Amino acid sequence: MEGLLPLFGGLFVMLMAIGLYCIIASENVIRIIIGIEILTKGATLALVLAGYLTGRTALAQCLAITLIVVEVAVIAVASGIAVGIFRQNGSLDTSELKSLKG
Amino acid sequence: MTIDIIIMVLMVASAMWAVMSPNLLKAAIGLAVASAVLAIIMFRLDAPLAAVFELSVCAGLITVVFVSVISLTRPPEGKDPKPRVVLRRFAFLPLLVLIAAVAFGMLELRPDFSSLPAMAPEAGMRVVLWGERQLDLFAQVVVLLTGVFGVVVLFKERQKGN
Repeated sequence: MEGLLPLFGGLFVMLMAIGLYCIIASENVIRIIIGIEILTKGATLALVLAGYLTGRTALAQCLAITLIVVEVAVIAVASGIAVGIFRQNGSLDTSELKSLKG
Repeated sequence: MTIDIIIMVLMVASAMWAVMSPNLLKAAIGLAVASAVLAIIMFRLDAPLAAVFELSVCAGLITVVFVSVISLTRPPEGKDPKPRVVLRRFAFLPLLVLIAAVAFGMLELRPDFSSLPAMAPEAGMRVVLWGERQLDLFAQVVVLLTGVFGVVVLFKERQKGN
């Protein structure tokens, strides 16, 4: 059972690194949302892994399902904002969003 | 163990493909593959109901949302970012992932769970969800309604603007 901790724990750290790097380095709004999604996947994996290691899979599943529901709401609203930004500016490039500049 | 390593490599590869792919549509498909692989991992970790949620909602619904957003926000001809620019921006990502994995491996975690309070052994997921996590359910309903109202308001403002 504990052999899975270094494997999936390492996967959780790698997913977090990929998501954070994507959020920091991207200039496209959709790609930033993809980074948030990958970060959330890492958090879901950490919850389920913790539940498996402690023998509390039922509680971990409840928390994972709650996290998935929150994730869907975040992605839906963020996608709506992305469409709004595109209609307003004609671009999804964050370097061109200057309406609040100064 | 071998299958776990294969699953892990597949998960990292699909997540990196989702981030580094110059084409946004291919990135969305990479994200769906990552969700499907995460569902397999959840099945391996004794969480089948969460895995079904992950597979249906994240690999299905969110991919549909992404594809529709990408089709709604298609830039005019000639304004697509060049693939070389995207690849150059994410050139350090494999190195960062490698460093993160090595650093985690060097930690050599040996957690001790003996101090945790004992739980009833027969507490199934339904009992926990409906009996102990009712506040979570209420919060889920509120979050879903917030998401729905948010999307409705965004579309309404856009219609006014037009």
